[in-house]
Amino acid sequence: MSFFRSRLFWIAAVIVVIAALLPFWLSAYLLGILTAAYYFGVFAMAWDLLFGFAGEVNFGPTFLIGLGAYTAAILNANYGLPILVCVIAGAFSAVVGGILLAVPALRLRGPYFGLVTLVAVLLLQNCIVIFAGITGGEIGMTVPDVLSIDADVNYWYALAFLVLCAALLYGLSRSAVGLILQASGQDAVGAAALGFNVTKHKIAAFCVSALFSGTAGAMLIFYMGTASINTVIDVSIAVQIIIAAVLGGRRTILGAALGAVFLIVANEFLRPLGQLNTFVVSAVALAVILFFPDGLIGYALHRSERE
Amino acid sequence: MRAVQVLVDGFAISSLYGLAAVGFTLIFGVSGVLNLAHGGIMVVAAIVAWAAAGEYGLGTYAGALIGVAAGLITAYATYLVVVRPIQRSRAIRPEETEIFVLTGTLLWGIMIQVGMAYLFSDNPVTVRPLVAGVVNIFGVRTPTNKILIAVIAWAVIGLLWLLVNRTRTGKALLGASMNPRGITLLGYELTQLYLIAWTIYGILAGIAGVLLASFLGVGTNNTGQLTASAFSIVVLGGLGSVSGSLIAAYVVGYLETMTAYLIAPTLRPIPALILLVLVVYVRPQGLLGRR
Repeated sequence: MSFFRSRLFWIAAVIVVIAALLPFWLSAYLLGILTAAYYFGVFAMAWDLLFGFAGEVNFGPTFLIGLGAYTAAILNANYGLPILVCVIAGAFSAVVGGILLAVPALRLRGPYFGLVTLVAVLLLQNCIVIFAGITGGEIGMTVPDVLSIDADVNYWYALAFLVLCAALLYGLSRSAVGLILQASGQDAVGAAALGFNVTKHKIAAFCVSALFSGTAGAMLIFYMGTASINTVIDVSIAVQIIIAAVLGGRRTILGAALGAVFLIVANEFLRPLGQLNTFVVSAVALAVILFFPDGLIGYALHRSERE
Repeated sequence: MRAVQVLVDGFAISSLYGLAAVGFTLIFGVSGVLNLAHGGIMVVAAIVAWAAAGEYGLGTYAGALIGVAAGLITAYATYLVVVRPIQRSRAIRPEETEIFVLTGTLLWGIMIQVGMAYLFSDNPVTVRPLVAGVVNIFGVRTPTNKILIAVIAWAVIGLLWLLVNRTRTGKALLGASMNPRGITLLGYELTQLYLIAWTIYGILAGIAGVLLASFLGVGTNNTGQLTASAFSIVVLGGLGSVSGSLIAAYVVGYLETMTAYLIAPTLRPIPALILLVLVVYVRPQGLLGRR
């Protein structure tokens, strides 16, 4: 196992180095797509921690992302606070939202909790439309500050952020805490009988997932320069995050990030298909679910374990 | 005057909500499937009915029938292409089947939505009213079509009630929802019962889709919203409980109509959402749920 881990580490290191060098020969347009894809990867990994490990069916990852993004955007646009303060505030409000979601998660199971998360997204969306005065409503709001105007720098920010999040979340998932989470996700009673505090670990999982989602959401709007419902809150974004994580492989964390990058890049290359683009991507994802339910990375991992 | 209007409007929309939600809850009760492609099936029925009646000039009634048939075919496709392979897959562990069915039908729903938008367009379509004219109810001018829709919805629900409670097949379905293993021991083929349940579901969703198109108009962009409203009504009423779903449909329908008329049309969905969250917190099994 330690041999495999070291091999995985080297593969990851090579991929990161190649990715870091990409700005030297890719156009600014492609870099822009990858930059968005990396933030998306963080969303998918944070979702995988909740679903793959804690076993919580969260249909509303965009509730947490949207809270982070809109808190940061409102503070920046209306009060002119610096970016760093806004991102921290966004992350904080997402964690508060995560705790709000964790409360029903401790009482409800499966589809019931899934519905609550879905309703949370719809309520947040409605609130933003109602308080259009400070949130910009359906049109969205423009953020005065941006991370950088240089495409290369933005790309490196996103890559560094992705790598940092991936390392932290992967480490967490392989630690004792990750195992306890997995145990309580699969058999809460069994885990509790072994003396683990299931409640504490689940709330912690929600906080961690919310922290990463919120920070990534806040960073994303400072990269794009705008915050709108269609980019950070809409249910279709949540669906894409779920597809990305399932496509890459649940319970793998890194698979979720790869799935997200694959999904966004595939979407871009299929753009000539026009409307049918989403159809093809959904069909591919459905085929993966039907034939390789462990996802692409999960399938590869299982095969190498069997050999 | 306004009270009567709320009563009449709320009744029509609620009976449609009820019709759409009953099929959804039936499928869950019998085979444990939450079909997130539900809105997609309704949209297919609506758009095909519109196209057959208008574009191909087959007339309103033939169009409506073809629309319902299209809904039924889509329901079969959902079951045979997505749900059954997932339920039978050996690579998916039994405790994860539920989430895979949810994700699979969600993707299938998106495929239907995008496919329909490509084949037709994403403009909302309105099927011509089944009957013309208006009726005066206590001083409120109501289109006859609205009344007919409520009547059809209730007639279909009544037929379903007779089917489930008064026929052998219906009782077998009921048995399958209570204890699948027990019903197989009595010599019933579970796969066959599932197919029957999906047939009933397809017809119900098809009728609901066509009626909705002649009432409000339906576009491919409504797919997600239709699924979400059926899902929340069913959870509010209690998963698997048909009468619970009907009551919940009226609660949601009237709550929405009252908000729209008395407070502001923009706030229409919000009280129902808040009520849903409260019910799920306080009474997770819903109004009439078992468990």
